[in-house]
Amino acid sequence: MNRLAASALAFLVAGPALAERGSDGQLRALYWQAAMVLNPYLSTSAKDVEPAGLAVEPLAIVEDDGTLTPRLALEIPSVENGGIADDYRSITWKLKPGLLWSDGTAVTADDVKFTADYCMTPGFGCAVLSEFENISSVEVIDPTTVRIHFDQPKYKPLQAFVGQRTPILQKAQFAACLGPAGASCTDQNFGPIGTGPYKVTNFRPGDVVQFEINPHYREAGKPAFSTVTIKGGGNAMAAARAVLETAEFDFAWNLQLAPDIIAPMVDQGKGSIVASFGSMVERIELNQTDPGYDLPADERSTIAHPHPFLTDPAVRKALSMAIDRPLLAELTYGPAGKATCSIVPVPPGFAPADPESCFAQDIAGANEVLDQAGWLPGANGTREKDGVALSLDFQTSVNSVRQDVQALIKQWWSEIGVETQLKTVEGSVFFGGDQENPDSLQKFHADAQMYTDAFYLPDPASFLNKFVCASIPSPDNQWQGKNPVRFCDPAFDEQIQVLHQTADPTERQDLARDLEATLTRDGHFMLPLIHRGMVSAHVDTLGGISPNGWEGQLWNIADWHRVQ
Amino acid sequence: MTDSDMPRRSDADRISDIPATMPIEPEMIGETRSQWRDVWRQFRSHRGAVIALILFVGILLFVSVGPYLWTIDPTYVDIRARNSGFVAAHPLGTDQLGRDILARLMAGGRVSIAVGLTAMTIAITLGSFVGLMSGYFRRLDAPLMRLTELFLALPLLPLLLLMVTLFREPLSKTFGPAMGIFILIVSAIGATSWMQSARIVRGDVLGLKEREFILAARSIGTSSRRMILRHVLPNVLSPIMVAATLGIATAIITESALSFLGLGFPPDFPTWGRLLFDAVDQMVLYPSRVILPGLFISLTVLCVNYIGDGLRDAMDPRIRGR
Repeated sequence: MNRLAASALAFLVAGPALAERGSDGQLRALYWQAAMVLNPYLSTSAKDVEPAGLAVEPLAIVEDDGTLTPRLALEIPSVENGGIADDYRSITWKLKPGLLWSDGTAVTADDVKFTADYCMTPGFGCAVLSEFENISSVEVIDPTTVRIHFDQPKYKPLQAFVGQRTPILQKAQFAACLGPAGASCTDQNFGPIGTGPYKVTNFRPGDVVQFEINPHYREAGKPAFSTVTIKGGGNAMAAARAVLETAEFDFAWNLQLAPDIIAPMVDQGKGSIVASFGSMVERIELNQTDPGYDLPADERSTIAHPHPFLTDPAVRKALSMAIDRPLLAELTYGPAGKATCSIVPVPPGFAPADPESCFAQDIAGANEVLDQAGWLPGANGTREKDGVALSLDFQTSVNSVRQDVQALIKQWWSEIGVETQLKTVEGSVFFGGDQENPDSLQKFHADAQMYTDAFYLPDPASFLNKFVCASIPSPDNQWQGKNPVRFCDPAFDEQIQVLHQTADPTERQDLARDLEATLTRDGHFMLPLIHRGMVSAHVDTLGGISPNGWEGQLWNIADWHRVQ
Repeated sequence: MTDSDMPRRSDADRISDIPATMPIEPEMIGETRSQWRDVWRQFRSHRGAVIALILFVGILLFVSVGPYLWTIDPTYVDIRARNSGFVAAHPLGTDQLGRDILARLMAGGRVSIAVGLTAMTIAITLGSFVGLMSGYFRRLDAPLMRLTELFLALPLLPLLLLMVTLFREPLSKTFGPAMGIFILIVSAIGATSWMQSARIVRGDVLGLKEREFILAARSIGTSSRRMILRHVLPNVLSPIMVAATLGIATAIITESALSFLGLGFPPDFPTWGRLLFDAVDQMVLYPSRVILPGLFISLTVLCVNYIGDGLRDAMDPRIRGR
């Protein structure tokens, strides 16, 4: 029915990419993980942030290549244009003139200041508070100019209000939601008034979000679709079918499916898939602390007990050498993944100079490394030294692609005399971070674990900052630390501080690259496997889609239109 | 009470064509054999049950003896042979990682059938015990039935989640990862599926209690224990059998659901349910990967059901000999 209507409309419109506003009818998108809230300050999940991005916008967004483009800002501040102070202690943003909220009122610098205060008010629990770190105050210069002051020189000042995770909220709407009241402001969190191409008309958490055109959107002639429905529920497989096989929906998000499943669907000729490569890297983390069963619960995987064999660099190196990353990428991810040796594969300036250094699998070499380190095959073929056997517990979340990867890696590791027990944990538990649950990735009660992590702004400094000693999850920080691999090296901590105090872009890149190599290519504390793309599917009658690895799939929805 | 009491009493209860010959025969062994021979004779006349028995024995042999004849490791990944069709090296093909499907079916069947039988035994034992107790002893009836309802009201999945979280690690440490999780799954399924059989058994026991032969037995001073074991239990065996056969099916399917959620066996430990779930995504491309484990599950469940049906008929003295 809908398809009929859509194709009829396509005939009527007949052609030009820049159609009249609202001329292309309804757009139906599938987000099989449904949005639960439409306020990015409460949730950083892509399933919530991306639909919210239709309504609320930041000052600037990140393009696919890592450069910044103004959204609400007039231009990107820099030292050259005077936007960034010479001493890096403040940054000045100028808003585009004449901006209106979807309710018709004017957007002013007060709204920007309010949004910063909203996130930084104690007791709120802002999900993106780390983007606002070091901000001491926000000053309104005039109705379209706002200056953000930092409590110390900040050499990476383009952070807050850059990217869809930190949009500008309307002061008039959210004024009553400061502090602890923030989470209970249901009307505001479910229907934020914004400046984006659409405004929320109906939101049922966990089910569906409906949008209609924002009549006050600043760009003439856009957007082309008059209404947008983002439907949740189902799974990746069903979503792929609904777009590629039956074309009931125009767009489906996040389809992590094995390549031989998705290829025949694309061959049916109704739709295509697009992969956008952000900073997502599937990696294996090798626990540096002992997860031993016999330890008391509070001491498992804590720095008090170093790991019996993964602290040996030779073992970690051998584990890395035994993996055939290109084969893994081809077999299990197909178009959705590329082999990688780095947890910072983009942007190009920060990526390693030789991106393929770890691609060649070397079982014989790995065996030799272990032989030389004194790990010799025992009775059942498993290597051992001083009564310690190389036997690993390898955990990940439940996901058929991940289980295939587990099976392959288990086999490769068995070829170098390392025994592996596989374990899978339900995704909501593994990623849930519940401190009472022993199976979360932060608690890491296993020797190795595999998952995907990413960073959201093109400079990886704050991402690398996760791996300092102070971030190790432990009972003292309620297991909330961001360094699950439990890597701790004072030299690394010192270098990170140097990175934070470096302004020169090239120097920053060199420093960051060295720090990243310590973790991966040199130290093998983490074994990067796959640089993952976000795969989405769209019907062939949908035009204007442009992959963006940083901002998600819907970032340029104002440009989407019907094609014949 | 002597051994010869039992056949005499059963004789009184059943419509037997030769009641006079039995009391003269004093030896227990001879008596028992002839009774079970009777059962077997009746069972053989149920054609479906005989076919089912042959098939079930075949499946048991396939999963128990098969791996000794077909020695490919079910977890061995052979990437060059991935997605292979039915060829001599892999008679049932390989999966997306090149693991041999025949070997996986054998290994998976071992686990699935073991889980099904053990969990069923636990559930039936527990269920029959609770059912008998609450049906026979009026004082226990209310508390035990409320307990049954309590268990019925418990949401199964969160309960299993809790059990796995609490006991997975201690059990794998004590019994090894595979055996530990086996014990956990079997007891988890057993402990959450005995309620139906308890209710069925209680209902039957309540009916039996009013029968004349029970009154007769009570009038000569039979103790409660004897009463239950000699008179009540043999007479409720048929509903128990039916519940048991259905229980095997439920246990196999619950195990697959658990494995799918990551709460069951580790992913490198094939079971029929896991094979089925793993193949669902490739259903359209490689239908045999779904059909084969599905066929084995259905066949096992059907066979067990038919055998149960045949056994029930054969063991019911009112039907036997007709």
